[in-house]
Amino acid sequence: MRLRGRDAAAAALVLLLVWLVCYPLAITLGEALGAPAWTLGHFAAFVRRPDEWRALWASLWISFATVGLAAAVGVPLAFLFERAEFPGRRVLGAMVALPVVLPPLVGVVAFLFLYGESGFVSRAVQWALRLHEPPWRLSGPGAILLVHAYSMYVYFYLFTRAGLAGLDAAYLEAAASLGAGPARTFRRVTLPLLRPALAGAALLTFLTSLASFSAPYIFGGTFRVLTTQILFSRLNGDVAMAMVETTVLAAAALAGLFLLQRHEARLGAAGVEGGAGGVRGLAPPRRRLGGSRIPVAGLSWALAIFLLLPHATLILVSLVPSGTWTSETFPPVLSLANYRSLFAEPERLRPIVNSLWMAAVSTAAALAVGVAAAWLAVSRRARWRGAIESLIGMPWALPGTVFAVALAATFSKHAPWAGRFVLVGTAAILPLAYFLRSLPLTGRAAFAGLRQLDPALDEAGASLGAGTLRRLWRITLPILRPALAAGAALAFLTALGDFVVSVVLYTFETRPIAIEILSSLRMQEMGAAAAYGILLAVLSAAAFFVWGPGSEPSRGG
Amino acid sequence: MAEHLVLDALEKRLGGNLVTRGVSLAVARSEIVALLGPSGSGKTTILRLVAGFETPDAGAIRLDGEDLTRVPPQRRNFGMVFQHYALFPHMTVEQNVAFGLEARGIPPAERRRRVAETLGAVELAGFEERPVSRLSGGQQQRVALARALAPRPRVLLLDEPLSNLDPTLREKTRRELKRLIRATGITTLFVTHEQEEAFDLGDRVAVLHGGRLEQVGPPQDLYDSPATRFVATFIGRASVLPATWSAARSEAMLAGGASWRAAGEEPLADSQPVDLVVRPEGLAFANGPEPGALAGEVVGRRFAGRFAYYEIALSSGTTVEVLAAPSAAEPGARAFIRPAPDGPVPRAYRRSA
Repeated sequence: MRLRGRDAAAAALVLLLVWLVCYPLAITLGEALGAPAWTLGHFAAFVRRPDEWRALWASLWISFATVGLAAAVGVPLAFLFERAEFPGRRVLGAMVALPVVLPPLVGVVAFLFLYGESGFVSRAVQWALRLHEPPWRLSGPGAILLVHAYSMYVYFYLFTRAGLAGLDAAYLEAAASLGAGPARTFRRVTLPLLRPALAGAALLTFLTSLASFSAPYIFGGTFRVLTTQILFSRLNGDVAMAMVETTVLAAAALAGLFLLQRHEARLGAAGVEGGAGGVRGLAPPRRRLGGSRIPVAGLSWALAIFLLLPHATLILVSLVPSGTWTSETFPPVLSLANYRSLFAEPERLRPIVNSLWMAAVSTAAALAVGVAAAWLAVSRRARWRGAIESLIGMPWALPGTVFAVALAATFSKHAPWAGRFVLVGTAAILPLAYFLRSLPLTGRAAFAGLRQLDPALDEAGASLGAGTLRRLWRITLPILRPALAAGAALAFLTALGDFVVSVVLYTFETRPIAIEILSSLRMQEMGAAAAYGILLAVLSAAAFFVWGPGSEPSRGG
Repeated sequence: MAEHLVLDALEKRLGGNLVTRGVSLAVARSEIVALLGPSGSGKTTILRLVAGFETPDAGAIRLDGEDLTRVPPQRRNFGMVFQHYALFPHMTVEQNVAFGLEARGIPPAERRRRVAETLGAVELAGFEERPVSRLSGGQQQRVALARALAPRPRVLLLDEPLSNLDPTLREKTRRELKRLIRATGITTLFVTHEQEEAFDLGDRVAVLHGGRLEQVGPPQDLYDSPATRFVATFIGRASVLPATWSAARSEAMLAGGASWRAAGEEPLADSQPVDLVVRPEGLAFANGPEPGALAGEVVGRRFAGRFAYYEIALSSGTTVEVLAAPSAAEPGARAFIRPAPDGPVPRAYRRSA
């Protein structure tokens, strides 16, 4: 009987997820097809317009170029920090991951302050070269790629470091004892063994870049990618076209995911993940650098400073009171006025409170559903297992814009018999959107944690007379706590700093921090924008270093 | 005996600890030497020094007079079988075995021939295309051996080659390993913590303890005349009795008033406290409280076929093991023991502080 109850719960969960995850996407596709008067006309219009093709092509090539750039920066850095030993390696190794603590919009704002037409670096170069004009304009694909490379090489860096740390030194020793030199060992042994890590980083970078909205929105100008094109179509009232664009963007993301996973599956079948003959899991010792020690350390420090410039700039700008800094090279007045106003003025405090409660509610819900889903799916003879896992993971692959548009389309009509309610314009829509975006993060943590859990622990609990709920509460959840905390922290931060979903769905009353940053920028209140940015960055950094993967990747054992 | 592979006073410090202390060992061509010792004795470190994965802090490694101490592993041409095999998981059996040949620039046709030949020798012909993850433990072990032997290395190194196998498979694999190494005639150094393995495979066995080489010799020598107290107790079964040395009579005076003839392995002073090491077959039951017998109580009996091992708690507090007929005594009974007249002579070693 108990099993049947579990099946019913699993079925109910699948139904809920289908309603929240699949249904809005189906509605989007339906509207793109002109439902209820079905037509391919909107798609035909998409195909006929060169602008649309250009946006699709731009989204794709920007994403591929971002993968290339991010790998070119992140992989060598990972090798340097994981394989070599030099003064300051540990501190610098953690600092190199710092771009990840800037929410996308905040990073973009920092770049604007630094390299924009009146940014610090631009002004310094203009002054140094005695130019009459700013040396460059921070706009177009170049600017987007710069921001993307800066914020996404971290994926390659962290994945490669973790891969290297988990690489058994015996493989390298075996290669050496068989006569292979360093180059051959790298090409034939190290690189193939890192392939899963590199593929994971490439997929993450590709999908993040495809979904990227802040950088193209702020720097794109007339250069449009699909995410910005969707927003402009909506603003122009061309809802049907926005639906087609959303469908195309979703299809591109799913195609990317599918291709990479198939590639991985083929590698997996060839035995890459099999791991023959147990491994000791001991990474090779770091090579102590000799004469190159000082230059390497110096270069690393220079790099760290470059990577921290955006953070430093934000801090500096946040300390400049409104209207005190006009033409001076360096701001004449520094004070905490901006921070004070953030908390003293109710209208400035409002977005912070909004973001906090919406992120908290959505994270709690995502945590509960994620744990329930994993618990129902990861058991012997679980039905619905594949369905639950795919549904939980789906929002991860789909760009935020897709979900925002789909939710806006679905929940702007009152049709309870069709599962549609008017939520757009209410306080419920943003938490709902954040919840869906958080599900993969908490769900994946719960799935991974439960899979690693030794079933004997649960059986031991049962043999000692503990019931299902007591075992869940006293055994399973406490053991999963670190994994769940990491997933929840990530989910909370994503929601707290969200821009891409909010920009489609926010109302003035429920405006979150990122929207307020944007309006501060528009009103030339740079200090307030920077102060909000710092607030987000500090919260992100705290969570990242406490729970995230940024704390020294574990060295096996 | 012609010296082929020579380890000369090797010292290695790891993490501040001296894990290898002045280890010297000469191995003849085609000889198989086992490095035997408990965990932490430094045996694996020695193997890794010979392989070139570690560089000694002092001492030298030579092969036919050529100094290899600082030569990187890829230029030593030594084959190594790792404890967990370290088969490349992204390659097939054939690609694994061919790897060393490829690194030596051997052309593909010749490579294929040599791979087939080596796989044939380990009885894995036809497994070429298998991914290594689809092999049983025993098959993986043989692929690892084939991979090490294919480039025809000058020396074969094995790190606990059988420890990863099921006990049932171990003996069969050991016989095959022995046959193969003999057939190849390759000079072999292997690490093990199993006495039986060391005795069966090794022409000579080097016993290591605390980073020091305690004794090297054929198994029989180690058993019959252990050079140190450690070897005496580590090799075979033995009991230790505290005693005082009498130099004049070459006897050990025991706590119960008895005095036993003993062999002093090291120079011993008169009245020096010694540890008397006796094998179970070196002791026998006495008929009663005769002179030279120690009194005790039988506290345990373990059958071992034609004989049984008796555990005797002596009145002095020490416990010794005696080999005797299965019905020689009953547990719980009082018993007297003395040296067996035709058994191995008890050996006296300086009492370690």
